[in-house]
Amino acid sequence: MSLRTQAAIGSCTALLLAGLFWTDMGRAPRVFANENRSEDYASPRELLLSPDGSRVYVLCEKSDEVRVLDAVTSSVIKVVAVGHVPRGFTLSAPGDRLFVANSWDDTVTVIGTKTLEVMATWPVGAEPTSVVADRVGKRIFVANRISNDVAVLDANTGAEERRLQAGRGSSYLTLAPNGAQIFATHVYPNPSSLRTGMENRTAPESEITVIDTARATVVERIPLHRIAGTFHVAFSADGRLGVAAGLHPKNLVPLAHVEHGWAFADTLTLFGADIGVSGTLPIEIPLDELEHYASRPFGVAIAPDKSRIYVSDAGSEMVTVVDIPKLMNFVRTHKGPYVQDLSASASYVVASIPVGQNPRGITLSRDGRRLFIANRLDDTISVIDTHLNGVVSTIRMDGPKSITPLRHGEQTFFTSRYSFQGQFGCANCHIDSTFDGLAWDLEPDGFGRDVVDNRLIEDIRGTEPYKWNGGNPNIPTECGVRTEKYFWRSQNYDDLTLADLTLYIRSIPLRPNRSREAYHALTEAQERGRVLFNRDRDNFGKLIPEGNRCSYCHSGLKGTSQKSFDVGTRKSNDNQGLLDTPQLTNIALTAPYLHDGSARTLEEIWTIYNPDDKHGRTNDLTKDQLNDLIEYLRTR
Amino acid sequence: MRKLFILAILLCAGTCVYASQPRMPRFQFENFTTANGLPDNHVFAVLVDGDRIWAGTENGLALYEKHVWKTFNTQDGLAHRAVISLALDPRSGDLWAGTMGGLSRVSAGRIESFTQLNSGLSNDVVYGVSIEGENVWIATAAGGCRLNTRTGHWSLYNERNTPMAEIWTYAVSATATKVYYGVWGSGVLEFDQKTQRWDKYDDPDGENEIVLFKDQGLIHEIVTSVSYVDGILWAATYFGDSRYDGRYWHNFLTKDSGLPSNFTNSVKGVDATRAWFCTDKGLAYYDGVNWAVYRPSLIDGKPEMTVRDASGNVSSVAVHSAPAHNYILGIDLQGSDIWVATAKGLSHGIHQP
Repeated sequence: MSLRTQAAIGSCTALLLAGLFWTDMGRAPRVFANENRSEDYASPRELLLSPDGSRVYVLCEKSDEVRVLDAVTSSVIKVVAVGHVPRGFTLSAPGDRLFVANSWDDTVTVIGTKTLEVMATWPVGAEPTSVVADRVGKRIFVANRISNDVAVLDANTGAEERRLQAGRGSSYLTLAPNGAQIFATHVYPNPSSLRTGMENRTAPESEITVIDTARATVVERIPLHRIAGTFHVAFSADGRLGVAAGLHPKNLVPLAHVEHGWAFADTLTLFGADIGVSGTLPIEIPLDELEHYASRPFGVAIAPDKSRIYVSDAGSEMVTVVDIPKLMNFVRTHKGPYVQDLSASASYVVASIPVGQNPRGITLSRDGRRLFIANRLDDTISVIDTHLNGVVSTIRMDGPKSITPLRHGEQTFFTSRYSFQGQFGCANCHIDSTFDGLAWDLEPDGFGRDVVDNRLIEDIRGTEPYKWNGGNPNIPTECGVRTEKYFWRSQNYDDLTLADLTLYIRSIPLRPNRSREAYHALTEAQERGRVLFNRDRDNFGKLIPEGNRCSYCHSGLKGTSQKSFDVGTRKSNDNQGLLDTPQLTNIALTAPYLHDGSARTLEEIWTIYNPDDKHGRTNDLTKDQLNDLIEYLRTR
Repeated sequence: MRKLFILAILLCAGTCVYASQPRMPRFQFENFTTANGLPDNHVFAVLVDGDRIWAGTENGLALYEKHVWKTFNTQDGLAHRAVISLALDPRSGDLWAGTMGGLSRVSAGRIESFTQLNSGLSNDVVYGVSIEGENVWIATAAGGCRLNTRTGHWSLYNERNTPMAEIWTYAVSATATKVYYGVWGSGVLEFDQKTQRWDKYDDPDGENEIVLFKDQGLIHEIVTSVSYVDGILWAATYFGDSRYDGRYWHNFLTKDSGLPSNFTNSVKGVDATRAWFCTDKGLAYYDGVNWAVYRPSLIDGKPEMTVRDASGNVSSVAVHSAPAHNYILGIDLQGSDIWVATAKGLSHGIHQP
């Protein structure tokens, strides 16, 4: 069957699926129609309501737009073009300006809400993902995912004042109800500072970074033990209860345990005065229930009367409703920890409301009566009546009515429905189609055997075979049989779904490399590093054997010869030493390194794990030269 | 009658001496040791962070906050137990600690450590650290480094790209205009931020211990500390100290100044005219004209403060307390108060009006 035929059948299948999921589609008027842009999906990611509740601002990640809707009629008031891949936005305190974080442009767009025109575009850090404004109109704060920090900008000029160290993959910011503090979360676990030699076998650590808004300094880091991947935070109106949505991976035990207690716990972390005084450890509570998992909690909102917590579950296509009094009673009367207890959530989860594909940002109307959910991968907004706990309307974004094979592949990537009991999906380990910064014990070959580092899947075409042992010759094998067998332990993809998933994975683009300026030559240090990368003689003038040169194994545009080598990194718990050569694309972003994630940094690959020069001739390098080599690698 | 006359003369003379004694700052010293919570009495460095005090000791990084000491050590992620230099990023509030085993960043309780194995840091022995904008300038036993905290880029400075004859950098003082390195055996290196060029200042006497050319250059090649403030470079060596205004050098030796010893561990410039000198024989303060020395007496250990005026007259001031030890390693200022790192404890000098 040709790919085109597959694509056509995929489209039909997807349309049928879409018809099944959409209960109230097509009511919104089409005002931005362009039939030629067959794949021009909006992909709504975040939502905001104007202070008077009359407008809904919709941040569209794929169409690079903010769509302004009438909150009553759902009609489009205006579409405002912003930067590339916008992922977060916020309103100024009086609501007169909208700040948009454009994650691939490294900019913030400022939109005047009266004119709905772009007022300014400001440069910020690497991959801005979220932005909040203080209450006094003095500063905005921007979470930069790649530079792992929060930039502090003048709210009127955009001039950057300072950078604050946040967690790794700094991504989501929330202003406390009193405006005094900002709470920042991050999507990748923090690297360990302790050198134990077993960093890849220790549980992940994350944090909620607390920033004093007036002083613009970090004042506290709330520890999130065993959590890797924290998303939105919400507060009760009185500011006494904070809630963070997060992922609690069980990467230290073989994934065979999917059947015996799941690979990820999908949790909420509770903190704040209702939980205890400052310094009290937060409480992590699971949302999952046996055969009813709340996969990948992302958006959070708390009812104004503090009766309910609403959580969008990005992988389970639903909104989980938590009863706060029941929850508080549960944590008061039950001794923790609760994460391993699949029966816990029955004590406080009172509803699970099906919504659209890949629900992300959520927001409540001021009276708490309506809950809006951005369904990113079916271009809809679900509106839930919070008294009825059900969807009462679905607003459809303007865009293609058909589901292309590529879109279906993306939906497949982000859903959890294919895994055993719907526990997790591809996007659990490949957050926003990247990676998760973890080393996993995947196969059922004993605890701690063949631990593998998770690799980036951007621009993956032409880097096969896959798996660290090079065992899978192509993506259909990697994502089909292997995934079904080892990961999902459940139903297989049908052929068309696998084809579409493959299509999507092969299409995942490479994020812009921030170490190499477009159209500019390498810096002096990078150029020196490039020469070292390609050298054939060592510092003593001795010829380096071909197989011991960086450029031999890491050849080609993507830095892989697509062959396997033994680079001397085999550990006693590894089944074999012959390893696939990983691609070097965006290598600077993907710590930890080596097949088992044992090298915390690029430097450690050579300073610790290459004693015999088997991983390239490097022991003759001076420290300056090693730094130059790494500067060059950061440009790949 | 004659006796009374002599007594009156003596009293008058004493009063005159006292009246002509320059008014130098006086302190009531409160000393901290392991007995009241300090993790180690050997305190290499001290840093004032608002109401909080950081102390780099031989056994951990100590934080004094709300009258309680808290210690961070290797189990908390600190690069090494011996903390020998400290710097505060005034913008973010992050503390940078140079240790005998790497560089640590302490940010609201989280410690991230950089070593020669896991980062671009040139050497794990970090003698000095200084913050300039988004750059962290580092003095190590194998040359200088600069970490750009925004890009993560490391720049190394050594004999290959600077006029550094030795790579044992002992101190660094960085500002937006100039960066100075004190090099153990290789004078002072100057980096001009505008031109991106290096310059070097040496002792015109070479490595001789004899001072042949006073005030014609740096006092000695073994530089232990540099402090650049208000366009003035203050440099400390084991053989005297220097002040450089960009044109003229002025050297300080025990024989012609109020320095209690030429062996100076560190210097902290207050402004263009005033500076504190930490020596092996006490703490010295220079106000541009006069000197004051604070220490336990070298003879009987009793608290001692002496003042030397511009004419070289030395007088004593009655005091009831002194720094914990006369081997002074570091100082920082907290308003009018001082905090002093010594070989046997940390001292808080509470200013006396």
